[in-house]
Amino acid sequence: MTEKSPHLTIIEEESVNMVRFSDRKILEELSIREIEDELFALVSSTPAIKLLLNFTNVEHLSSAALGMLINLKKEVEGKKGKLKLSNINPQIYEVFKITRLSKHFDIHEQSADAINSFS
Amino acid sequence: MTPVDPHNIDLPKDDEFKVIEIQSTLTEAKQPESVILKEIESSGYDEDSTFAIKLALEEAMTNAVRHGNSGDASKKVRVRYVVDSQRVVICVRDEGQGFCPDEIPDPTTPDRLSLPCGRGIMLIRAYMNKVEYREDGREICMTKFNPGNV
Repeated sequence: MTEKSPHLTIIEEESVNMVRFSDRKILEELSIREIEDELFALVSSTPAIKLLLNFTNVEHLSSAALGMLINLKKEVEGKKGKLKLSNINPQIYEVFKITRLSKHFDIHEQSADAINSFS
Repeated sequence: MTPVDPHNIDLPKDDEFKVIEIQSTLTEAKQPESVILKEIESSGYDEDSTFAIKLALEEAMTNAVRHGNSGDASKKVRVRYVVDSQRVVICVRDEGQGFCPDEIPDPTTPDRLSLPCGRGIMLIRAYMNKVEYREDGREICMTKFNPGNV
């Protein structure tokens, strides 16, 4: 099943909700707020969600977007779900490393590995 | 010949800067970025440097609008910049109260790692070669050297 919004495509695969971003740059506050609203709605409508954020095609990420991901992780875990990230390009992975968030999040190189690791 | 230490190069003189002044809104804040990035693209900077400058400018503009000017759209943000083949210098000034950058807590300590804010300045410092605060913290001046030309 695939759902599409202006910012996100959500694919359900092996009981995992995989989200792909339409925006190459996740920088601006307004679009970050819209993405956050959509993801929070998905989390609250899916009990114990297995949520994978696939960053293929995302080229830029701001500190505000990192803040949104931190809030999302808290929300997912508060509802007994799991959040994983995958397909993060090397430049953006460096942003996670500098901020030490590479250890805070469960990050996989490829989405297939991330999906397998949910079970 | 003694190699030049890029960190000891002074900021350009005031009259060397180009200036863009915008109203303090997040929509207007995009304007300097598009102008400055065009100059960077035509000045021979690699992909990593362009990524770094874009990220730092985005964070500095957001800080100026949200924190410096406290979201007051009647205030202004003044961006001064110099782009040449050796370095990019960008200064962003708001009309707020200023702040002491040394008092900003480290967002990577275990007790702060799960907080959603406070990483902008850290990213600017990590990605730019030189960062200075002026005007009691109301202006940040960021320098990125062109690794191909220093």
